[in-house]
Amino acid sequence: MARAAVLGRLTWRVATVVATRRETATARTVVLDVPGWPGHLAGQHADLRLTAEDGYTAVRSYSMSSVAEGDRIEVTVDEVENGEVSPYLTQVVDIGDQMEVRGPIGGWFVWRPEQTEPVQLIAGGSGIVPLMAMIRARTSAERAVPFRLLYSTRGPESLIYRDELRKPVGGLDVTYAYTRRAPEEWPGTVGRINAGTIAAATWPAAFEPTCYVCGPTGFVELATRLLVEAGHDQASIRAERFGPSGGRSS
Amino acid sequence: MTDFVDVNTVAGELRDVFAVDMTTATGRCAHCGRTAPLADAKLYGPTPGFVLRCRGCDTVLMRMVSAPGRTWLDLSGLSFVEVVTG
Repeated sequence: MARAAVLGRLTWRVATVVATRRETATARTVVLDVPGWPGHLAGQHADLRLTAEDGYTAVRSYSMSSVAEGDRIEVTVDEVENGEVSPYLTQVVDIGDQMEVRGPIGGWFVWRPEQTEPVQLIAGGSGIVPLMAMIRARTSAERAVPFRLLYSTRGPESLIYRDELRKPVGGLDVTYAYTRRAPEEWPGTVGRINAGTIAAATWPAAFEPTCYVCGPTGFVELATRLLVEAGHDQASIRAERFGPSGGRSS
Repeated sequence: MTDFVDVNTVAGELRDVFAVDMTTATGRCAHCGRTAPLADAKLYGPTPGFVLRCRGCDTVLMRMVSAPGRTWLDLSGLSFVEVVTG
């Protein structure tokens, strides 16, 4: 299964929307039924192709947020301002609508349940999506590997998967960082992550974790630099950059 | 400064061409010799095409332009590429 995920050309498959789930005011999870879906690993993404009546097509990549389960995949889309595709997926698409899907794609930014080392996840905004897939895969595979998540976002209203992350999960430690607005009675500061955040909320380099960093490029560059300055080996840091606006999609 | 992404963005297009996952491939910069996963490099684009630059020296490693039914690649900035085939 793991090998099949990274070899061979991919075919476009027809996908049907079977459910949607609002996550925040701007983000929505779309559940797709994709007959013949070969399965996927946590961290991989799918390319979605939408075709208009006049034949115009648009292709965008979205990280899968779900654990592989038969023909069903879930993608969480965060609306990009003035985007061409994301407003359609977050506001318009409905149960029964169809599109084409190609995947799974990507062998670099992947967590496999066979990995035994501690894991450090660092999310900026919608970068939480593939990391949530890793958290869910860990739970689904009943792995005891220690996970820590540092989730940086503008404010509590933009937390995706907020209720799920609130539920205590053994071996998963979650720390939030707010860059613009904090919840009432927030004991910490508000602003971009810094060396202090890394020191307080992430695994020490001595634990030799594998680190997964995902979000807008500026955030990923900052977080990666902070991890290296904290002693982590560059080779143990895997990143996926969504672009300056926060969306690989638009 | 932050107007780049990484090779994950074009992973699907590269899979169309190479039939193997290229995000885990290792490449050597023909200019400075930096040898690293392609995921380490900086990806610019999509207009006028995608350009992958060496993180060490900024030299162009790869250019990719896609049109319906064809993809054009310039890999002259990579002196070798090592891919995982199985």
